[in-house]
Amino acid sequence: MPDSNLSRSNLPPLSLYIPEPPARPGEEVSFEHVDRGEPGAVRRPDSAETEKEMRDLPYKLIRVLDDDGNAVGPWNPMLGADTLIKGLRAMMLTRVFDDRLFRAHRQGKTSFYMKSTGEEAISAAQSLALDKGDMFFPTYRALAWLHARNYPLTTLCNQIFSNAEDPLAGKQLPILMSARDYDFYSISGNLGVRFAHAVGWGMASAYKGGRNISLGYVGDGTTAEGDFHEAMTFAGVFKAPTILCITNNQWAISSFAGFAQAEQTPFAAKALAYGMPGLKVDGNDFLAVWGATQWAAERARTNNGPTLIEFYTYRAEGHSTSDDPTKYRPKDEASKWPLGDPVERLKDHLIGLGEWDEDRHAALVEELKEKVRVAVKEAEKIGTLGQSKPPIDEMFEDVFEEMDWRLKEQKRELLHRRGLDGKKG
Amino acid sequence: MASKRMNMIQALNSALDVTMSRDEDVLVFGEDVGYFGGVFRVTEKLQEKHGLQRCFDAPLTEGGIIGAAIGMGAYGLRPVPEIQFADYILPAYDQLVSEAARLRYRSNGEFWAPITVRTPYGGGIFGGQTHSQSPEAIFAHVTGLKVVIPSNPYDAKGLLISSIECDDPVVFLEPKRLYNGPFYGRPDEELKTWANSDHVGADVPEGHYDVPLGRASIVREGTEATVLAYGTMVHVAEAGIADSGVDAELIDLRSIVPLDIDAITASVRKTGRCIILHEASRYAGFGGELSALVQERCFDYLRAPIARVCGYDMPYPHAFEWDYFPGPVRLSEALKSAVEYR
Repeated sequence: MPDSNLSRSNLPPLSLYIPEPPARPGEEVSFEHVDRGEPGAVRRPDSAETEKEMRDLPYKLIRVLDDDGNAVGPWNPMLGADTLIKGLRAMMLTRVFDDRLFRAHRQGKTSFYMKSTGEEAISAAQSLALDKGDMFFPTYRALAWLHARNYPLTTLCNQIFSNAEDPLAGKQLPILMSARDYDFYSISGNLGVRFAHAVGWGMASAYKGGRNISLGYVGDGTTAEGDFHEAMTFAGVFKAPTILCITNNQWAISSFAGFAQAEQTPFAAKALAYGMPGLKVDGNDFLAVWGATQWAAERARTNNGPTLIEFYTYRAEGHSTSDDPTKYRPKDEASKWPLGDPVERLKDHLIGLGEWDEDRHAALVEELKEKVRVAVKEAEKIGTLGQSKPPIDEMFEDVFEEMDWRLKEQKRELLHRRGLDGKKG
Repeated sequence: MASKRMNMIQALNSALDVTMSRDEDVLVFGEDVGYFGGVFRVTEKLQEKHGLQRCFDAPLTEGGIIGAAIGMGAYGLRPVPEIQFADYILPAYDQLVSEAARLRYRSNGEFWAPITVRTPYGGGIFGGQTHSQSPEAIFAHVTGLKVVIPSNPYDAKGLLISSIECDDPVVFLEPKRLYNGPFYGRPDEELKTWANSDHVGADVPEGHYDVPLGRASIVREGTEATVLAYGTMVHVAEAGIADSGVDAELIDLRSIVPLDIDAITASVRKTGRCIILHEASRYAGFGGELSALVQERCFDYLRAPIARVCGYDMPYPHAFEWDYFPGPVRLSEALKSAVEYR
């Protein structure tokens, strides 16, 4: 290997830096690097403010709920109790549903599941804060969007079980949903690829003189993908009416956010290079999520272009049913996250307002558990993974708008093999 | 409908102009395509005529261009993005393979992306390895994408209109060697423009018409062998057939997805011999698929092994362009040995 530059011999030798998380299993949890800031302390500029007047924003954490459950500061969206309860319910439903379906996976009823635990506030608040017709380009940890809009639970279970009534006809992995009527764009397993779709969708809405905007998600790890930068460039250049979000939950499977440069700069600060405002928002604070989303939506709807929002949160469970988080991070890390749990925080706030109490909360948990239990039972009646399937013909549909000869021949072959010629399978 | 002599650039430009005039949801964008009109001039004056919002420049991000186009398509537009050279399409490969091609399937028909990705491909222009490649096979392999390759101005316009109006994503490969005139694979020969050639394909109607996807054209009827070709190679095949003295049938596939399997099968069953000609390198090229299909469907009719005449298996070599290029001499030899095969 080349190393012949003797004139530099007075310098210490180079050393390669490899990031490491503050703690691994068996070590003391450390969140010393988390700067919580003060609730209510970050200024809220006018949503039409020029980008260059807002370059301080990405470095401060926007919070509304303080540690005692009070809503403080300029980002408080001043929501009525009904809306808050709706949001709380959506978050709780997401959690109850996740727990039940995660168990269903363990029981062999589905091949795969991913929980949103700890991150429910983000897509629940955005689902309620945005308008019907605004299009959401989600990741796989955003089912709270659907729960907030009362997507039928049995249908969702049918998708997760890939059974005869699966709305996606057995064509897609569990929870990688698509729900056009709920403004929920089709998810793929590839990371980041749909960020540019959100931008293109927003550009199309602008071109058509529409009123709707788009909302795109990536995770912290995905900011390292080229797709993130491509989409940000497009959004910045064409001032697309879109809200681009990074759900920074600290972990990409077992890689801590340091592998996506979290040690060097907040993810929100990436906005600066693309000439758009960047907000860093407490993602476990339902009100802060709502306030920031509303601000960015207002900016987009008034032709002032895109906003990048980093939702600072913590993935309280494993990445999916396929990993065990205790193998790469301390067991108690989730419980020590300095920004708490989003459900508990909104609950405390509502109790503080006198609009909620422990009994009602416990009753709601029971109600939701029952609702989910009934939905799962209904779906199980149709069938769980492998017991029941969508009609076999479906397998060949929607590859193209119309089947070409290859698919027709292959379909004939498969039906023949199954003795189903001409019959519905 | 009034028609006039057009080269392939003018025909493609006319296809874009006609569809943009008929449907305001058709948008054209890509690197240098706006004010400047594209490095090959295919989008010339479209911005002036249809406005800044309908034909505009894009940042130099192929993945971003195709990604944004898919989002626009999902909204309901019909974007026609240009990738300046097919050699540069690979940063967008994930968008095409994982997203455009699968969106309809994975959403069970809830979303789809009716995009047409235009991109110049192929060699014979001394473009070296980064301006000469023929990547059709890597798209043909991806189910969910259509792959269209015209060989003359008439087809180019009609096929582009069909592609834009089609609700599936289309990769539209433009043989840049044919932009200005037919090319018979003899670089030392005096070149003809489309206007001064007598090629019937240079008579192009000025208005709207289409050439359906998935229908091959029989360029020359014959009895002794079938030559399968597309793009630039259709003209090379004409020259090679003439040189060989073999009475070969020449089929211009026009689109390789969907593929006109009936035309291929009928021809090979008639002639009993099949030569496949493409400029892309041979190994795992689209010729391999064609060869397998012909063998599966015409085995009992074959009187000689199926042969492939292709580029060699290497990056496009700049100084050795005409050694790499599968010209008429190589085709002629393949035809003769097929006919002589015992």
